[in-house]
Amino acid sequence: MKKSMTLFLAWVSVALWAQVKVGDVAPSFNLKNIDGKMVKLEDYRSQKGVIVIFTCNHCPYAKAYEDRIIALDKQYRPKGFPVVAINPNDVSIVPEDSYENMQVRAKEKGFTFPYLYDATQEVANAYGAERTPHVFLLKKSGDKFIVSYIGAIDDNYKDASAVKTKYIEQAIAAIESGKNPEPSFTKAIGCTVKRK
Amino acid sequence: MKKLIFGIVVLLFLFYYVSAQVQLPILNFEKLEPLLRKQNDTVYLINFWATWCAPCRKELPDIEKIGEKYATSKFKVILVSLDMPETLQSTLYPFLKKNNIRSTVLVLDDPDSNRWIDRVDSLWGGSIPATLIYRGKEKIFIEKQVDFNYLDSVLTLKFFKP
Repeated sequence: MKKSMTLFLAWVSVALWAQVKVGDVAPSFNLKNIDGKMVKLEDYRSQKGVIVIFTCNHCPYAKAYEDRIIALDKQYRPKGFPVVAINPNDVSIVPEDSYENMQVRAKEKGFTFPYLYDATQEVANAYGAERTPHVFLLKKSGDKFIVSYIGAIDDNYKDASAVKTKYIEQAIAAIESGKNPEPSFTKAIGCTVKRK
Repeated sequence: MKKLIFGIVVLLFLFYYVSAQVQLPILNFEKLEPLLRKQNDTVYLINFWATWCAPCRKELPDIEKIGEKYATSKFKVILVSLDMPETLQSTLYPFLKKNNIRSTVLVLDDPDSNRWIDRVDSLWGGSIPATLIYRGKEKIFIEKQVDFNYLDSVLTLKFFKP
């Protein structure tokens, strides 16, 4: 009885997917974009970094951030930090997050960045993405990318005009001036990544 | 006199209008937090959810059943909705009525969630559904969809040992 209790508690408290940590080398990926072409992390070697955002079509929190993600890409792509969005949700759990619906949503909203489909959650598992939206800001270092910030885009999902701290902008400014982002890790409410 | 009657009619109308609308408390985290820290011999099950969250909707009937099963024990379910306050009349209130939800429901409206997620539990990444079960200092935090058997075994193994 005691043993089963211990096992049970261990199971409750252990996270199911280990998450990359700030300072880790960013896991590579090679995923299909909404235009049918494959996009891989190595394609961005000439950039200073990449704003990797796990997001999806259906989640209200993800939707609340769509316009802000587009604005981030417009502002930071010319500065060497483009956005790459990845939908990690299993289509059998959320039909609205299908590849075809990603194409529809990207067109409706006028996405300026790749929107990749991680159909098997392989990349979400490698990064340890827990929710949508969930941001991993990568910094180019030598021939690798280093995870420099993990978390939220800003501190108010509901009202962009009431935001006090823009975490991504702040983190990129720190990287640009040779410092480590502070905070380098934030949490936010979001929808679970829908794993098979 | 006419004015008085008119006034009474208006007041009555307002009274009926207001009482016909469900009104739940809308709290910021500071107002909610005491409910997560009660130091007595009751087991509290605090479930963070929203009507737009499919796994939350799925587990809710089971949480209701757990509430019924332990109704005579020192046990209380509190459902903390993260529905956006401006959508409550069209989302949360009809949902509660349609599904005949009897547990206590509160609305948490505090968009700066990085500030308070760790204060619920440091294990919480921020996704919902998420469930905290505690009694005094003993607690369990679960960041995934639960069901009746799972909750029942947590409660019998940890909190209501036979």
